[in-house]
Amino acid sequence: MLKTILSRVIQTIVVVFLLVTFVFFAIRAIPGDSFASDKATSPEAKEALEKLYGRDKSLPVQYANYWKNILTEGNFGDSTAMKGRKVSTLIAESFPVSLKLGLLSLFLGMGIGIPLGIVAALFHNKWQDYTAMVVAMAGICVVAFVLGPIFQLSIARPLSWLNVAGWNRTSDILLPAITLCFGVAAYLARLTRGGMLDVLSQDYIRTARAKGVPTLQIITKHAMRPALIPAVTFLGPAFAAIITGSFVVENIFLVPGMGQHFVLGITSKDYNLVLGLVLFYGILMGLANLLSDLALIFMDPKLRTS
Amino acid sequence: MLRTTFFTALASLLFVSCERRSDVEIANEENILIIGNSGEPKGLDPHLVSGVLESNIIRALFEGLCVEDPAKDSTSLPGAAKTWAPTEGSGFTEWIFNLNPDAKWSDGVPVTAHDFVFSYRRLLSPDPDWPAEYAEMLYFLKNGEAYHRSYFGSILCGNDPDFPLAWETLKEANFGGERTLKLENFKDKEFSKLEEIDLKKLKPYLDEGESVRLDKITSDKVALSELTKTEKIIFFNAKGIDKLSQEQLEALAEETDLLRWTENVPEDIRQEVLKRIIAHHEAKKPNLWDKAKVGVTAVDDFTLKINLRGPAPFLPEITKHYTWYPVPKHVVLRYGKMNTAFASQWTRPGNLVSNGPFKLKTWRTNHFIELEKNPEYWDAETVSLDGVRYLPIKNYYTETRMFGDDQLHLTYTVPSELIPMAKEKYPDQLRQEPYVGVRFIRVNTLNKPFDNPKVRRAFALAIDQQAICQKILQGGQTPASGIVPPFGEYKVPDVIHFDPAKAKALLAESGYESTSSFPEISLLTTNSDSGLREAEALQAMWQKHLGIKVRITQREWTTYLQKQYDADYDLCVAGWIGDYLDPTTFLEMWVADGGNNNTGWSSKKFENLLNKAENTADIPTRMGLLSDAERTILSDTPVLPIYWYTTNYLIRPEVKNWNPLLLNNHPFKFVKIEK
Repeated sequence: MLKTILSRVIQTIVVVFLLVTFVFFAIRAIPGDSFASDKATSPEAKEALEKLYGRDKSLPVQYANYWKNILTEGNFGDSTAMKGRKVSTLIAESFPVSLKLGLLSLFLGMGIGIPLGIVAALFHNKWQDYTAMVVAMAGICVVAFVLGPIFQLSIARPLSWLNVAGWNRTSDILLPAITLCFGVAAYLARLTRGGMLDVLSQDYIRTARAKGVPTLQIITKHAMRPALIPAVTFLGPAFAAIITGSFVVENIFLVPGMGQHFVLGITSKDYNLVLGLVLFYGILMGLANLLSDLALIFMDPKLRTS
Repeated sequence: MLRTTFFTALASLLFVSCERRSDVEIANEENILIIGNSGEPKGLDPHLVSGVLESNIIRALFEGLCVEDPAKDSTSLPGAAKTWAPTEGSGFTEWIFNLNPDAKWSDGVPVTAHDFVFSYRRLLSPDPDWPAEYAEMLYFLKNGEAYHRSYFGSILCGNDPDFPLAWETLKEANFGGERTLKLENFKDKEFSKLEEIDLKKLKPYLDEGESVRLDKITSDKVALSELTKTEKIIFFNAKGIDKLSQEQLEALAEETDLLRWTENVPEDIRQEVLKRIIAHHEAKKPNLWDKAKVGVTAVDDFTLKINLRGPAPFLPEITKHYTWYPVPKHVVLRYGKMNTAFASQWTRPGNLVSNGPFKLKTWRTNHFIELEKNPEYWDAETVSLDGVRYLPIKNYYTETRMFGDDQLHLTYTVPSELIPMAKEKYPDQLRQEPYVGVRFIRVNTLNKPFDNPKVRRAFALAIDQQAICQKILQGGQTPASGIVPPFGEYKVPDVIHFDPAKAKALLAESGYESTSSFPEISLLTTNSDSGLREAEALQAMWQKHLGIKVRITQREWTTYLQKQYDADYDLCVAGWIGDYLDPTTFLEMWVADGGNNNTGWSSKKFENLLNKAENTADIPTRMGLLSDAERTILSDTPVLPIYWYTTNYLIRPEVKNWNPLLLNNHPFKFVKIEK
């Protein structure tokens, strides 16, 4: 067990290092200029900015400095789009928002998706199955920028206590969370259905049925745990993705989360911000994968020995 | 178990959140104005930003010498200054501003003339670490440009009354570098492969059949000892005296003829000039503020004297621009040096001290910025609002929906697709007002076919401006017959009109027929939906009226900007918004080395007219000269005007004193929420 965790941690460190290295050079290959402004910047001002952000040095030196600042001072650099603000502060400000929203939509997604998948599997090839799968398919296909405005106009507008967008009232989390949860719920439903169908056709389930164990008990006691293995495998990375925010949902619902930093960081060529986010996301992804692996070990006794 | 907890939590959350009043109702009770502001500000330091959304916040926080009238354009009300007047006999070149002794910073410290001097000195700082983008706004000040750009000759010799030669004569020498000879144009090029245009620039310095090593001249570390005499001449003349390093100046002193001085500057004067600049470099470049004699002086604590480079009867108008606002000397210096740029924390909440009607209360990235009434403000009685909340809504569709759900008083804009809906649904709340801005197409005059003015004009006349305004934009925009929108006493020269027949004739005259012989050209625009629709309309018009197919190139914002600055385009759709109500805000950008020109076009005649206007105090004469200047540029057509801007926004009826203003700079101190 300890060995698994240790090797995972080392793997994560290596992956994150490679990821940051790749992004460090890749983002500099994108055309455009971090310091381009709608009014012409004089060559002097531009030079000053480049010096201020250490861009006047050669690429290898910049790369070495990037790691040096992180490892010695814990400094991820300043944002170039929002000058004077530290990347670490921006992440620290926006991550709790995304985490809160992500967790709620993940729970909602699980609450909808898993039962839907179980029902579909139990009524395999019956109308319940088809209905559930159509709903799931719709959840995958109908993207947030369609769902969001529909919810805003059809739910928030008629309800006086619910706002169209914003992040001030406690109820403001509802619509973005519902919008976000659909994708998760849809995948989970499909994966749970597949896992469940697989398990239900196993010999030991047939034996249980033959012995006269009630259906509900078969599902909760015998089928559920192995049937959820594919879903749990998916949940690891999905968890990391969803708690780091979604550009579209944040943009539509005016949520001050991390998702918009990703996209705006790239469009404004904010190298430090993008790198900081990639680093953070990489670590979270490694952590989430580790957790889902541990969960699998807990769920599947076969994995425990190997 | 987990699920039970979760649902209980959800249920309790719903009960707690059952606030039935809308955000606007709550804000009305709290007397706070909520406005959409299109995005997160890049910063709040008035000297380090250049955008409209930042200025919306800065105008509520800070106050300049004069303040906008809430209803009348070109009218100045007392701000930090109580009274002001040009000194008699100075012809509008010297002004005295008597500051309001009651004006205080939000921490209670009085606002003094020293704060203004400090601010202008800060914005103009020539320090290579100081990245101010908007210092040009202070070039109105006498010697402002010389100080900011470190024109050593002008500062060290021109400003010295004891200098043996008058500056009027001396300045003809090559201090700034030859305009036509820019080293960056020759970088990474080979002499034998130079194009005709570039070769022409070098010709005057070369003997018949002589060649030079461009890589040696344009190298970052030029080794003067390795250069031939001709190469040295080209190098020195391209750089100009002010830009030479100490070592290069010393080399020049040994043989002054390597640079163009004009024959009126004798050798001993040349040596004296070089000696002074070398001495300055030797002394590790001490700050030149005192020697530069920039035209801003604190006569006493509450009297500010402004000397201008030329007569400007409209100076009070300019002082309303945020580049002319004061910053608190005592606070800026508390968090860093005078020109510590972004590392300084003086604009953060808790630190920021301002002199306007409001002060900073909360600033959360991508969430909101809230200002509260500044009790120390000298005219706090007039200020009706208790606060202003800015929402960084980037998604304008969301913004319109939020307005419909009573979440804001005012939207930043209404996207053109939603204007028909807004007209129907919010007929009383939709405002469509003129805005001094112009939409136009930059033309790259350096490349074929647009080096030919007839082709440019043909393209200009083939744009059906009316159709773009009425069928695509629908926001009340008007066809632009020039680049300066109509306002005040300025007479628009009225040159460009949709005329397909004439456009066709011009194209035929140009030597290009609308056939396949025409080079392939592209139209650069941004990646926005509205940008694409506009570009497609233009494409269709040129196809229809000229028979020329133009390719559309969409690039996202920073790449789009970069391509313009690099002159890497044929045609490019762009916009320009006036900083102040004077035609120069639209005309000055088209001078030869203007950073926002980017067309490769320049004209001596145009610049002479601008110069003349700059030195003319009589308003009708001045406007006439500027009108002539605009006619010059339009007849050469390096820009194709499309339309003049309007602002389209939604406003709630209880917001009062938010009136149409051409610059759209609404003074927050007069805005009221009627209960």
